[in-house]
Amino acid sequence: MRITRHPILEFDRGRKILFYFNDKKVEGFEGESIASALHASGVRVLSYSLRYHRPRGFFCGIGKCSSCFMTVDGVPNVRTCITPIRENMRVRRQDGGVGELSDKRFAARKKMVVDDEIVVVGGGPAGMMAALAAAKQGASVTLIDENHRVGGQLIKQTHKFFGSLEEKAGKRGIEIAEELMKQINSVPGIHLILSTTVVGCYNNNTEDGGDRYRLVAVRRFMDGDQLLDVFCKRIVFACGAMENMLAFPGNDLPGVYGAGGVQTLMNVYGVRPGDRVLMVGAGNVGLIVSYQLLQAGVEVDRVVEVLPRITGYHVHAAKLRRCGVPIYTSHSIKEAYGSDRVEGAVVVEVDKNYAPVSGTEENVSCDTICLAVGLTPSVRLLEQMGVKTEFIPEAGGYVAVHDQSMQTSLNGVYVAGDASGIEEASTAMIEGQLAGVSAAASLGYDRGANELISRCRNALRIFRSGPFGEIPRRGKEKIAYLFDKMGKKIWGDSEL
Amino acid sequence: MNGYEKTGVLSLNDIRVPSENQLRKGVAIIECVQEIPCNPCAAICPVNAISMKDINSIPIVDFDKCTGCGKCVSICPGLAIFVVKTVDNSKALVTLPYEFLPIPKTGDKVKALNRWGEICGDAEVVRVNMLGKTTVVTIRVDKKLAMEVRNIRV
Repeated sequence: MRITRHPILEFDRGRKILFYFNDKKVEGFEGESIASALHASGVRVLSYSLRYHRPRGFFCGIGKCSSCFMTVDGVPNVRTCITPIRENMRVRRQDGGVGELSDKRFAARKKMVVDDEIVVVGGGPAGMMAALAAAKQGASVTLIDENHRVGGQLIKQTHKFFGSLEEKAGKRGIEIAEELMKQINSVPGIHLILSTTVVGCYNNNTEDGGDRYRLVAVRRFMDGDQLLDVFCKRIVFACGAMENMLAFPGNDLPGVYGAGGVQTLMNVYGVRPGDRVLMVGAGNVGLIVSYQLLQAGVEVDRVVEVLPRITGYHVHAAKLRRCGVPIYTSHSIKEAYGSDRVEGAVVVEVDKNYAPVSGTEENVSCDTICLAVGLTPSVRLLEQMGVKTEFIPEAGGYVAVHDQSMQTSLNGVYVAGDASGIEEASTAMIEGQLAGVSAAASLGYDRGANELISRCRNALRIFRSGPFGEIPRRGKEKIAYLFDKMGKKIWGDSEL
Repeated sequence: MNGYEKTGVLSLNDIRVPSENQLRKGVAIIECVQEIPCNPCAAICPVNAISMKDINSIPIVDFDKCTGCGKCVSICPGLAIFVVKTVDNSKALVTLPYEFLPIPKTGDKVKALNRWGEICGDAEVVRVNMLGKTTVVTIRVDKKLAMEVRNIRV
């Protein structure tokens, strides 16, 4: 299952680590996640569902869903897709009950208090750019991410990015991630807190009535967790998005994975998801991941797309087609079958109302099904704070209503990237920059802030002006309309 | 709806085909037919042969200006640019981006694949350039395949 040679990537595997899975010794490499090490050892069933004890495998691979929960060293519901393995760790499948969380995990450490000017939640392309932009203006920034490194989903993007040559086009996502990580480590004024999940957000919760926000976060250490009490004047939420699930019989079988999850498994950890894949969805994600599967030495049986046309870029489709992978438009998956893992699927043609055409069913022999059927913005923390959200289909679901500077309905609370509407990494980076500069500027920092802000807005306008920018553009127009209609801020009183 | 939106495969009607004379000197064929915000090909061209009105426009090659240098082949994020040059009455050289293993070597006999991924003939590798991670491979094929071959199987 391990990829040894790859046309784009080199897997610099750390030292071997032994740990236990249900009391059996399993081997993995330092730095990889539990789910990845288990997958490489042939373990696909990570747990059994609560009521019907159905086998479950991982799905999103980036800590956004609950599919990979396991009990680790006695702690239940650990997201094994983002938890690195360590020597002699004891990993167990959960079956039905979830067990009890021991208070000792928290009691071992005193809580840590962080007080900073700006806090950025999420270290993907938007968050990294927000932190960098704010720090370059002179502000002091804390960047929090729940993974053990920054980079978000850029670290698995092995394809070259589109865009203008000045804006990093022609570079691969992995190269951009590396460049930004270097900058994060060298630009003064950025404090990085990794392996830390923000679990609670409160507005203006201070006794002195100052304009400060308070976040509660949990930092994971080898020997227990630590509670973080974080105070700040401005927040940028760049929490990204999570992959959509599709309803069909057998969709919970191990082997039905998010396309992005598969990308993480093969491009970050160098583990093949299976031998033969059915890809569902011919948008850019489906097309790109299919091509990357071929590069990883995995067969792609076909791509099915429910719409009558391929929605991703033609150039991505052409790369796949000239390798001999068929794309079936007006087709979808009817069911996945298998006893405790995917053994195959049935695909079917759909009519113009997207109803299955009976008699067109076809069996596809595969051990992996990738779902590339869109993303949903992660807005839970924003909602918890009381930021106004609205359902905008063009933006991928509920998003925080925000203004041109990426500020939400709460003063001093900003949003950027997929969390503000599903789009590309390129636009996420620009939005992040916009949010970071705006947040810093609102605190009085100004190193050419206005010029930068207008440059970012212009870049976004150009990016969205083509036919492929139409959907996000409409989404952003609706968001702007709703923001204007809202009139004044729900909370606070300072001007925009 | 264009045919390629359904199939993912272009026909010769979707692209501009150079003249015999232009093909003899070797020119870039850009198989990028949608307005996507992207411009590295135009920006990198040393003779300004690729024009775009703005970043979303479809790149247009001036076949008279183009020298067939192939700089655009390796920079194109969509791997959508090829250089085609006819060498005599029966053969043509096709330069294409290749991101798979094993990387072919000069002199290798490989299979030539068309836009559908079907084997359409034999090819001989005449040049391999490693520029970054995208290998640029030049193959010699039958002249009649020059506008068909877009991939190889090593």
